[in-house]
Amino acid sequence: MQATSDKINRWLETNTYRHGKFWEIKDLVAEKERKGLKISLCIPTLNEEKTIGKVIILLKSELMDTYPLVDEIAVIDSGSSDNTLEVAASFGAETYLSADILPEQGFRPGKGENLWKAIHQLKGDIICYVDADIRNINKRFVTGLVAPLIYRDEVHYTKAFYDRPLAYSEGIRPSGGGRVTEILVRPLFSLFFPELTAMIQPLSGEYAVRREVLEKLPFPIGYGVETSHLIDVWQEYGLEAFAQTDLDIRVHRNQTTNDLGKMSFGILQSFLSRLESNGMVDRLPELANIYRQFQAKGESYEQVLKEIIEEERPPMIEIEEYRKSRGLE
Amino acid sequence: MPDSTPHIASPTDLAAVREIVLGNIITSAETPSPTFGEEALAAFITNRFKELELTNISIDEAGNAAGLLLGSQDGDMEDRRTILVVAHTDKIWPADTNHTADVGAKEIVGRGIADNSVGVGALISLPKVLKELGIKLKADLLLVGTTKSFGGGDLAGIRYFLEHAKPQIAAGICLEGIELGRLSFSSTGMLRGEIIVKSDDTGPCGVIGILATIVTRILEIKTLAELNTEVLLGSIEAGAGYNEPPRRGILKFEIRSEDAENVSRIHRRIKEIVEATDAHCDAKCVLDVLAKRTPGEIREGHPLVNSARQILKKLNVEPCVGPSVSELSALLDRRIPALTLGITRGKNRHTENETIEIDPIFTGLAQIVSILQFIDGADDETLNFSHDASNE
Repeated sequence: MQATSDKINRWLETNTYRHGKFWEIKDLVAEKERKGLKISLCIPTLNEEKTIGKVIILLKSELMDTYPLVDEIAVIDSGSSDNTLEVAASFGAETYLSADILPEQGFRPGKGENLWKAIHQLKGDIICYVDADIRNINKRFVTGLVAPLIYRDEVHYTKAFYDRPLAYSEGIRPSGGGRVTEILVRPLFSLFFPELTAMIQPLSGEYAVRREVLEKLPFPIGYGVETSHLIDVWQEYGLEAFAQTDLDIRVHRNQTTNDLGKMSFGILQSFLSRLESNGMVDRLPELANIYRQFQAKGESYEQVLKEIIEEERPPMIEIEEYRKSRGLE
Repeated sequence: MPDSTPHIASPTDLAAVREIVLGNIITSAETPSPTFGEEALAAFITNRFKELELTNISIDEAGNAAGLLLGSQDGDMEDRRTILVVAHTDKIWPADTNHTADVGAKEIVGRGIADNSVGVGALISLPKVLKELGIKLKADLLLVGTTKSFGGGDLAGIRYFLEHAKPQIAAGICLEGIELGRLSFSSTGMLRGEIIVKSDDTGPCGVIGILATIVTRILEIKTLAELNTEVLLGSIEAGAGYNEPPRRGILKFEIRSEDAENVSRIHRRIKEIVEATDAHCDAKCVLDVLAKRTPGEIREGHPLVNSARQILKKLNVEPCVGPSVSELSALLDRRIPALTLGITRGKNRHTENETIEIDPIFTGLAQIVSILQFIDGADDETLNFSHDASNE
């Protein structure tokens, strides 16, 4: 247990960033060009006409027109019934219907499908995925994610987190993912894959990944894609292959509890299928009693370990005193 | 006489800078910038100027954000010609209101998008626009985001800037988001004031009754129409519920006229009304003057006005001539030939659904560039403040 905690603490220190560290885009472009990297930005969509325009305008003007950091911006759509693709194209994005990419492989409606097909359609050595529903979109959503991959060859997968709840008086604040993270994914990771609890927001929809990793990953087409990526990349490359970047606040529409229920169901499917394929279903690891959360202290993050032991009592009818008092033999 | 037909830039040549211009407008809109709290937007403007490698980038004591795009002319600072372009940076919205802009294929909606995020966005996009069109001006282009335009700000930003600016300014252009075709070359005489009424014992109507009496008497001023003068009543604030007579109230108003003497006359008249009310009821009534402008203009036939009309015509935009009470008046006060221009079409001004159209922005930019080229090619005699082309 101590070894896991030490490893997580080391990783938090070396591989967790704040986006402000990478504000100098000129340096980022110079390093990208020195290494001869190409970067693709993929925005998966389904009925996002209200938000896609601003996402394209701000990312294209800053990261393609002003600084040549991104080599292509592509919208991959699951078949929107609104004007998502027309709006995106009018501001200079390349637009694709997911169904038109690799048609011989068929089409399945789901965000993971679009992310998977992007690997075939886009040219980049690094693909950065950004959701279209971010109302306060800004270049940091891309620079913060691609920078660790540009500067550090050993990092393969950078994940976003958004963590700025109210400041606490002692300078310490709880660090939270969304509701599904805290209720479902963090408890599961604490039990089965404790190192992955180091991901402050495992379900965030923004991440940047190297092609040589992406092309080897299976893709659940629905809600399970983020969870399964973390497990698969961790098993193949270990925790050191990940980085995570704090991108400040993400403003988006809130999902209903019903929708979160569906999301949880999809995540559980992916999670259990991984337990099955890893032969863990009938050989469960020793169940951990340590639940791992995080708190932010100034600019750094630390683990909060809680021992939670679920002891059980037998049925009352098996207790001798009870049986006597009820006149039972 | 030199050929006075202005060269017209084409909106269709601006496709390559389309997202840069829109990005600048959206970021200006999403940066809160209430009057007296404009630091964040000034910082954004100077950061853009640094990226564009302008010179003499500064934020002055009034908070104005300035940068200089050097022209191709030779000469020391004191001999160089400078064209000034300004856009006011303040918005009417408090910093804690939602400043998110919603972008559609044809329109952008959000607080302050028209007034004056389009103006600021155009200002900071001008160097890229000129470059894209392959235009290198001879004169230096001085770009300034000016502060404290609205309400009690009383144009403090532009006034401070003009008082302390080192370069000799040949001519100026003031940018406002809407309405494309707007052409202002005269400033209205204006006086902006507040009537404050306070009372501890005012009966069941509180100070509302007293304010109503004052309003009625202002509306009764008979000479308003004769003097071609308006009194605009902007707001009445008093009370907070249904059954508690308020003890304090404010009436905000603005007098506008093209004749400075008329503004003074009506001001005196309103002052008398307030003093009479103060004397005759159990309330303290005070008139505070917050802002004042003297009227000024360049003549209708001035070459700058003529060229602007020709340029609008060639861009198929109907000019809409009207006086201004904004930055233009500070320039005209200093006898700098200047215009206020609108950039795009819009609606719902000063509401949370303030809306601008995207495509006309590029016609608006073409208009600005064309007028800059005219100014750049005109000599000082042509641009002389008192020049009247109708005599030639």
